Amino acid sequence: MTGTVDGAALRIEGLWKSFGQLEVLRGIDLEVAEHEVIALIGASGSGKSTLLRCINLIEPIDAGRITIEGEEITARGIKVDRIRRRIGIVFQAFNLFPHMNVIDNVTLAPRKVLGQSKAVAERDAEALLERFGLADKARDYPDRLSGGQQQRVAIVRALAMQPDLLLLDEVTSALDPELVAEVLNVIRELAAGGMTMLIATHEMGFARDIASRVCFLDGGRILEQGPPAQIFSAPREARTRQFLNRIIEAGRL
Amino acid sequence: MFGTLAFVVVSSPGWPRFQASFLNAELFWEALPKVVAKFWVNVQLFLISEVLILVFGLVLAVLRSLPGPVFFPLRLLATVYVDVFRALPGLLVIFMLGFGVPALRIEGVPKDPFVWAVVALTLLYSAYVSEVYRAGIESVHPSQEAAARSLGLSRWQGLRYVVLPQAVRRVIPPLLNDFIGLQKDTVLVSTIGLVEVFRQTQVLQAANFNFTPYLATALVFLVVTIPLARLTDWLLRREKERRVGGVMRASLPQPGERGVGGAM
Repeated sequence: MTGTVDGAALRIEGLWKSFGQLEVLRGIDLEVAEHEVIALIGASGSGKSTLLRCINLIEPIDAGRITIEGEEITARGIKVDRIRRRIGIVFQAFNLFPHMNVIDNVTLAPRKVLGQSKAVAERDAEALLERFGLADKARDYPDRLSGGQQQRVAIVRALAMQPDLLLLDEVTSALDPELVAEVLNVIRELAAGGMTMLIATHEMGFARDIASRVCFLDGGRILEQGPPAQIFSAPREARTRQFLNRIIEAGRL
Repeated sequence: MFGTLAFVVVSSPGWPRFQASFLNAELFWEALPKVVAKFWVNVQLFLISEVLILVFGLVLAVLRSLPGPVFFPLRLLATVYVDVFRALPGLLVIFMLGFGVPALRIEGVPKDPFVWAVVALTLLYSAYVSEVYRAGIESVHPSQEAAARSLGLSRWQGLRYVVLPQAVRRVIPPLLNDFIGLQKDTVLVSTIGLVEVFRQTQVLQAANFNFTPYLATALVFLVVTIPLARLTDWLLRREKERRVGGVMRASLPQPGERGVGGAM
């Protein structure tokens, strides 16, 4: 399942990105079809987060092209705000707005960016919160919620913009182990609903269950990619085997 | 401690004379209503100036925190402004504006010292206040702006709805500090011929050859400033309680939290 040329929800061609002397991404090529769930795995510093931040145009790229449903978003003169509406991103550290309650966190962008009325935005937000078991938290402030609840709110906040593509940047890495499941279940439900997602993760069991394709990043390149069954049981590359062995030794697969 | 100090003061050789010229009860009560009446001028001065300062200071702070080479001229302009007006002694600026500008006799330019007092205080205090705002803006973690922008909010919307509300809440205590400084510095404008509380006090002192009116003025300033500080404390505490709730509840998971259910 490698996405057709025309139907690609996301296409990345020859993406390079460096921070000063440090080359973080060194020629990434990736095509994602609609409804695909891509898991990005690899050691810390392999470029997973940077790749997601580049797709969301938080980081300017040095070379290459990123195309979303046929529109090149890295072209000169493109309105970045318009692109970002279509791409949701959820961060490791939640990044909720601490001065607003949950419902205001979720409705801020629909109201201010999409121009929805307060009533419409709140009705939609309440439906989403309900769906993810947060209905009773709508009027709470983020500091009152557990990490798992905060991260679910962050996912709802991204979903409220009805993005075509959702980027998840190690969304469970900052959570206590017993709070990880509730967040992973939300993502599972989104995958079942057909949301196109790129997920940078250290949860290998989860990646194996949910991903339609797994990409192993190493030194700023996609070294190997394929269906989870192949990557996790019969990796072709020595580096992939080495990485997975270390994960197994750590008891995380 | 205080008892000893009080004893030393009261038993000092100059005490009877001091008492007569600084602590005249009759004169105090006579001066108080007059002082209070003129204090109203100071109140108007600092209320009008404060509104202008809060706005102008914020504009300066936002200009200084604009990123990228495109905004370099604006950043430079704001930086030079702040440098200059923080460096100049306040009295000097008040003199130059209060005496200098009306002396130019330009048609339509107001001669009222009240106007120039407001202008001078605004120019001076905006420079300080902009630095307070800027510290607040920089204390908001960049991930907050990233989150706002990633939702499609423009730079201005991110600033308006996400960064500034958090920044301003954090700098309320230092802003109040500057506000109290402003209240006290309103007496400086007595030098350009505006009859406000300090000028009034001087007049009373000269008329009676007695310093007690100053005591009345000091009391008036205390009565206004101290409740304001308590009010700010209260506002901050209420805001924090609303956000965090009970102290310990913040980090603990609550019943019914696993709404999505099931194991991984």
